[in-house]
Amino acid sequence: MIDPIFLVEAAINGILLGGVLALLALGLNLIFGVLDIVWIAYVDLVMLCMYAIYFLNAVYGWPIWAAGVASLGVGTLLGVGVHLLIISPILTSAPINQLLATGGLLFFLQSFATFLWTTDHKTVRLSLPSYEVAGIFLPATRIIPFAISILAVISLYLFLTRTYIGTAIRAVSQDRDAMALMGANPQRVYIVTSAVGGAMAGLAGALLIIQYSVHPFFGAQFGPLTFMVCVLGGLGNMVGAFIASFIMSEIIAIGGVVISTEMGYVIAFVVFIIMMFVRPGGILARRQ
Amino acid sequence: MSGRLLAGAVLAFLLALPFVPIGGTRQYVLHVVIQIFLWSFIGQAWSLMGRFGLVSLGHGAFLGVGAYTTTLLWNFYSLTPWIGMLLAVAVAVGIAVVLGIPSFRFRVVGHYFALVTLAVGEVIRLLIIAERDWTGGSLGLTLKTAGSDWSVLAIQFADKRVFYYASLAVFLAGLWIWDRVDRSMARSGLEAIGEDETAAASVGIHVTRFKLGITVLSAALTAVGGVLYAQYFSYVNPDTLSGIGVSLKIVFAVVLGGMYSLLGPLVGTALTTALSEGLRIAFGLKLLGMAETIYGLLLIIFIIFLPSGIYGSLHQLLRRRATKTAPA
Repeated sequence: MIDPIFLVEAAINGILLGGVLALLALGLNLIFGVLDIVWIAYVDLVMLCMYAIYFLNAVYGWPIWAAGVASLGVGTLLGVGVHLLIISPILTSAPINQLLATGGLLFFLQSFATFLWTTDHKTVRLSLPSYEVAGIFLPATRIIPFAISILAVISLYLFLTRTYIGTAIRAVSQDRDAMALMGANPQRVYIVTSAVGGAMAGLAGALLIIQYSVHPFFGAQFGPLTFMVCVLGGLGNMVGAFIASFIMSEIIAIGGVVISTEMGYVIAFVVFIIMMFVRPGGILARRQ
Repeated sequence: MSGRLLAGAVLAFLLALPFVPIGGTRQYVLHVVIQIFLWSFIGQAWSLMGRFGLVSLGHGAFLGVGAYTTTLLWNFYSLTPWIGMLLAVAVAVGIAVVLGIPSFRFRVVGHYFALVTLAVGEVIRLLIIAERDWTGGSLGLTLKTAGSDWSVLAIQFADKRVFYYASLAVFLAGLWIWDRVDRSMARSGLEAIGEDETAAASVGIHVTRFKLGITVLSAALTAVGGVLYAQYFSYVNPDTLSGIGVSLKIVFAVVLGGMYSLLGPLVGTALTTALSEGLRIAFGLKLLGMAETIYGLLLIIFIIFLPSGIYGSLHQLLRRRATKTAPA
């Protein structure tokens, strides 16, 4: 029998991992919901932002917060760049071509990063305290990202519901053609969405670099899980994705302790596949 | 008629290739050509589904199942891969059915289908790693040697020429199957489904049955490819056979060549193989990752400007010119 303390620890680790997934899913989900395109290379953009912070902080000696702010800028530029260079020319072609084009971007970024920076793991050193609560260690490097990611979810929610452009974004995600008929310019909405999605990638990079080391295959490590969280939560459904990331991360964390790390992931993926069959619209979708 | 003549000449050349006196580089040339045939065959299997809009990002699952089933049966029970291959195909078909029926019943289409298959590919890869006691985990597994240089029972041959002919035969069989599908009624049905499922169903096309049929065929062929891979390299590894990396590699080669044409997968595979081998010879390990970088860049450019691939676009161009110059 497994000591309950391990299970509690696993559950807490699951919540912390859930925060990371929620953060990664946030920007992807926004783009996914508005443009109805899967940016397969999204987590690779996060990887680039992590490298940016690493170089600014560890090589050029910027303070970590300044590097983090710069990472938001890098992410925004990347988001707009990907949209203008890759998505925009094929916006009307088959969804599968869009998926494959961003898949090509994934290959490109992953191998170009290998080429430029080798496969070494790069870490930003940061000394933050660790708290002990009832025999369980809670490192600040995981609590801070968790708190900021929840703040980011809330502010994104406010942006989408309380601002004019946010309302426009939601309108486009509901009906692309009707929005154009109303005299709005979908192209502008797409660019803003990609910029916000990119900025979210920058934020995610800033928060992930303090708890994970960065390497060219970072995207391959978290990418699939991130798409699954988005789809499981329901396209463009922020709250759904948030819940889905905790479901997935708890399965992985607890399954990892009870059976083995790989089996934790296997169970999470199988749950995803089954959920796709029974609830294709996401966990919060109402049956039609 | 000249087309048939050309095909005959190419075939005669391919049959004679292992005997062309090219000295010490022969082993290497054969090795490269075998890989091209093998991956083209797998690409063809993928394109059977892909061309009808059933884009699978998890063909590594079938490849891995094929390779591991025969390898494990041979290593632990000394079961000949001839029978192992049948079992491997059966397992792959089983997975395709278990995955396909609910997917097609519940209308999981487009990128949702792609994501489901992606998850399946990852599940197989992780299962292989998790069962490390007998699969060797991520270290991979070496095929137990048959003890001789020439064993038909174990499908192990020291002479590369045997595998050359085997891969050529399998590749040609793949072409034949592709052509059969291309000429069949099923093609029209599947194309209609790919265009609009509801409309197809309304004119009496059995959507689930057609989709399941093509998925099962594609899975079975991919598993055969996996078996051949394992026998040729006599080493299997979860990361080179299953998972996203290899699944995407299959898709990319096909898209590059053209997934709607007979020889598209061959052209795509030959190009990507030539590119990576060429860069490896020219720069050695100095430019690690450069081949894939170019490869990714090409892919983006192709999807944007030539969505029907190199071969597919050339083919269309030639056909257009032919109809233009033909007397009315």
